Order: sequence, then C-alpha cells, then structure tokens
Amino acid sequence: MTELTPSPQRLAYLRRRQRRARLIRAWQIALLVALLGLWELSTRLGWSDGFLISSPSRMLATVAKLWREGQLWHHIGTSVLETVVGFTAGTALGTLIAVCMWWSDTLSRILDPYLVVLNALPKTALGPIFIVWMGAGMGSIITMTLAISLIVTILNMYQGFRGTDPEKIRLMRTLGASRGQILRLLVFPANYATLLATLKVNVGLSWVGVIMGEFLVSRSGLGYLIVYGSQVFNMDLVMASVLILAIAAVIMYRLVLWVEKYLNHLLGVMQ
Amino acid sequence: MIIELQNAAATYQAPDGEVEALRDVSFGVEEGEFCSIVGPSGCGKSTLLGAIAGLEHLSSGSVRVDGQEVTAPTSRIGLMPQRDQLFEWRSIWDNVTLGLQVMGQNTPERQKHVRELLERYDLGDFSRKKPGQLSGGMRQRCALIRTLATDPRILLLDEPFSALDYQTRLSVSSDIYRIIREQHKTALLVTHDISEAISMSDRVIVLSRRPAVVKDIIDMGALKSLPPLDRRDSPAFSGYFNLIWKELDLHD
Ligand SMILES: Nc1ncnc2c1ncn2[C@@H]1O[C@H](COP(=O)(O)OP(=O)(O)OP(=O)(O)O)[C@@H](O)[C@H]1O
Ligand SMILES: [Mg+2]
Repeated sequence: MTELTPSPQRLAYLRRRQRRARLIRAWQIALLVALLGLWELSTRLGWSDGFLISSPSRMLATVAKLWREGQLWHHIGTSVLETVVGFTAGTALGTLIAVCMWWSDTLSRILDPYLVVLNALPKTALGPIFIVWMGAGMGSIITMTLAISLIVTILNMYQGFRGTDPEKIRLMRTLGASRGQILRLLVFPANYATLLATLKVNVGLSWVGVIMGEFLVSRSGLGYLIVYGSQVFNMDLVMASVLILAIAAVIMYRLVLWVEKYLNHLLGVMQ
Repeated sequence: MIIELQNAAATYQAPDGEVEALRDVSFGVEEGEFCSIVGPSGCGKSTLLGAIAGLEHLSSGSVRVDGQEVTAPTSRIGLMPQRDQLFEWRSIWDNVTLGLQVMGQNTPERQKHVRELLERYDLGDFSRKKPGQLSGGMRQRCALIRTLATDPRILLLDEPFSALDYQTRLSVSSDIYRIIREQHKTALLVTHDISEAISMSDRVIVLSRRPAVVKDIIDMGALKSLPPLDRRDSPAFSGYFNLIWKELDLHD
C-alpha cells in the first residue's frame, strides 16, 4: 500500500495528519497541566480545603511516604495479583463451562434459567456471603472477581461456540471427525477472537471485583488503602490510592493488548 | 452402480411439526460418472447429499455405496460444501491436510500425494499462505484438493460455486470439472444453475418441489464428450436448458 515515491498530495496529507496528531497531544497535556495546576493553586491560595480534596503535591508526598515505608509495592502487588488471578481464572473456568454446555445441549438447557438469574443479579450483593463462608482474605476477594466475570464469560463463549458455521461442522462430520476433534480443530480456534475479547472485558471486571472485595474485607491492597484512608479522614491517602489504581489498571490493560498482539503474531492471525 | 438410492425418504422432526424433505427418491450413479441434481430451493437436495454421506438418517428406503448400506460417514465419500469453508486461521497446507489430520492418516506418502495435487493445480507456491490471501478461484481449488486429499472415490458437491461471481464461476467450474475427470472420481453435484448442470454433467437428475421425488433423469447425450465451456456454445445446449426449465416448473 505504501508506494516507493509518495505523490505530493500524499506527502501533504501525511504532513496534515501528523500536525493534527501533534496538536491533539499538545492539548491533552495542556489540559492535564492546567487541571493539576488549578487544583494545586486553589488549595495553596485557600480557595478550597486541601484537607477535603487533597492536592497534587500532597498526593505525591503520600505516595513517596508509602514508598519509603516499603508499603507501596506491597499494596499494589496484592491488588494486581488478585486481579490477574481473577481474570485468568474467570476466563478459564467460564470457557470450560461453556465447552461443557456446547458439548451437551441438555446441560445447557438445564443451566439456562440459572444463568439468566445469576446474570441479572448484582454480584456485589454476594460479597458478604463469601466473607462469611471463606473468611476475610484473598480467597473471598478472588471469589468476588469470579462471581463478577464468570457468568459473562460463560454467556459470551457459549454464544460464540454456538455461532460456529454449521457448514463447517458438516464438513468435519463427513471427514469422520469426533465431537472432540470438532471442538479442538474447529469450534475453539474459530472463537479465538471471542476468547480474547472476553479476556479483555474480564480484566476490567476483575478490577471491579478486587476493589469491591478489598472494600469489604482486606488488610492490604489499593481498595483497602482507599477505605482505610476515608475512615481515618486521610483524603491524601484516598486520592493517591485512586491515582495509583488508575495507573496500574491502564498499565495492565496495555500489557494485555501487548500479549494479544504477541499471540496473534505467534499464531499468524491476520487482522 | 457405485451409488444406489431406493425409495429413499427422509423426514425432519421439529417441535412445531414434521418436515417431509424426501418422499421417494430412487436413482443410481455409475462409477466415474458425473451427475447433477437440480431442484427448486428447499426441496431437499442437501438432505439427499447428507443421506448419501451418512450424515442424515432415512425414514425408509435405502442408500447403498459400493453395494453397502450407508449408516455413518466413510472415507469413500468426500464432501465439497457450499462456499469453500476453508478455515481462515489455518495455512493452505493445514487446510488441505485437514482430512488427513482428522483421520489420523497424516503420513509422508499421503502428504506427498497432497503436495503433488497442489503443484499440479498451481497452488504449490501458496501452501504457507492463509486462505484470505487467495483469489476466489484458488480457494475453490484448495477446497477440492482438501476433499481429494483423503482419496475418496465419490465426491459430493453441494452448490460449491454459489458464492462466486458469474465470470469466476464459469472458469472455476471448468477447472473443477477437469480436475475431477483427471482424478477419475465419481461426482454428484447439487446446483440451482441449470446451465452449470448441463455444462458439467453426464446426466441431470431433476427433483420435484418438497417433498422431493425424482421428476426426470436427463442424459446429456452428445454433449458428454465436450468440456464445459464448449457445451455452452453447442446448439444442443438451449434444447436441454428448455427441457430442464420446463421440468422444474418454477413459475406459478
Ligand atoms: N435440521 C432440520 N430440521 C428441520 N427441518 C429441516 C432441517 N434441515 C432442513 N430442513 C427442512 O427440510 C427441507 C429440505 O432442506 P434442504 O436443506 O435439504 O433443502 P435444499 O434443497 O438443499 O435447499 P436449498 O436450495 O436452500 O439449498 C427444507 O424445507 C428445510 O427447511
Ligand atoms: Mg442446500
């Protein structure tokens, strides 16, 4: 698609595009600096109460303090670990159940009303039950993330499996393929994109589950810091934790996109 | 007779009632023959091929292949499905060897055979490519080679060209015809294109509307010795066309 010697029009178009991209980036940075600056200034000049809304410098100081005390990585690590375990387990277990449902139509019909109810239920309502059953700890938190992501995964993957082209299944059957072979060679690879899309959704859902769970029970993690900070009225800690959480979530999402790209490359998938 | 149907009947059971797809279908296909099936849409053509391939159960009557009653899919029969149904995530090589993999016969001799087929039909340089990188005609040839790879004696083709545009369709059907003849296969082609049926087959089997019965079986006579594209130019062509058109009785 890229010609060896681009035409003048093409060069002009590319230059326009680049200029536009730079302009947008510049505005984004300016907006951020302006917001942070205004925030900082307003607390320094006494327009608003830094005790209530914190300020960029106070947040930074809080992060630095956490770091010096050696707690920063501990809390980040806890939340990240719970999230990773949560979305991996949610995706794997959900896919496994979807496979079973694809395998047995009877099973899928039996499970159908349960899935409908569980899908409609706000899963956070189950939090206190998990705590009573499993105690306050990582177990309850990961169960919480599972509760949130599992049903969506099952429904998405099952729908994907069901959508496999019937003509392709017919082809496999004339070749004498067993049900296992149809699953392994056709249904599963045909839904590779569905699997990755579900995984990405689960990363987000998993964070919700983890923070929710940490609000309820934990003694460490970013959710714990937020709740603890609000209880002792340390808004600097609350705001700093939210900031760290945002950064961690973005980095994790980027990593997942990167893993997806790598897998696509490895499997030779064309987009 | 390599394929023999006797009073074949098939009914689908559905929650809202029965669908009688085939009522009374009897015909035979000789070894090495190329037969076409034409019929109104939804009359039961795919069901018929399914029954011959051992995918569909008959409610009465029988299907025999090589003198044996068909009950389950066998490697004697290969299906070329609607559209090419190549798996986009597999390379061309992995697509054409799919059947060997499924049957657990991915041996060096079989692979050599497949490689020869690819070379012979101008696909040798494409075995590492993905289906998305090939033209419609090349994809059809891949689909045929995938079917030939397991060395079936009978090929069932279910409207394999229906997704192609007219120009491609003409050249692809002529390619596929040549390959099937060169490989000495028996072929049974389902199509709703009367011209295609006349240009490719030795005999055309005309089915009635659902539930299907055989309305007529028409021998292509002198046309049989001509390749597909030449048949379309032959004076006898339009006579056969009108005959089949009338038998199909599509209007009203
Ligand atoms: N699994 C099924 N359950 C119920 N009815 C079915 C099923 N498969 C096919 N039918 C019905 O049986 C009839 C024959 O179907 P079939 O697919 O064999 O027709 P066809 O001649 O191949 O149609 P087309 O020209 O559209 O390819 C149709 O009316 C169809 O709706
Ligand atoms: Mg059909």
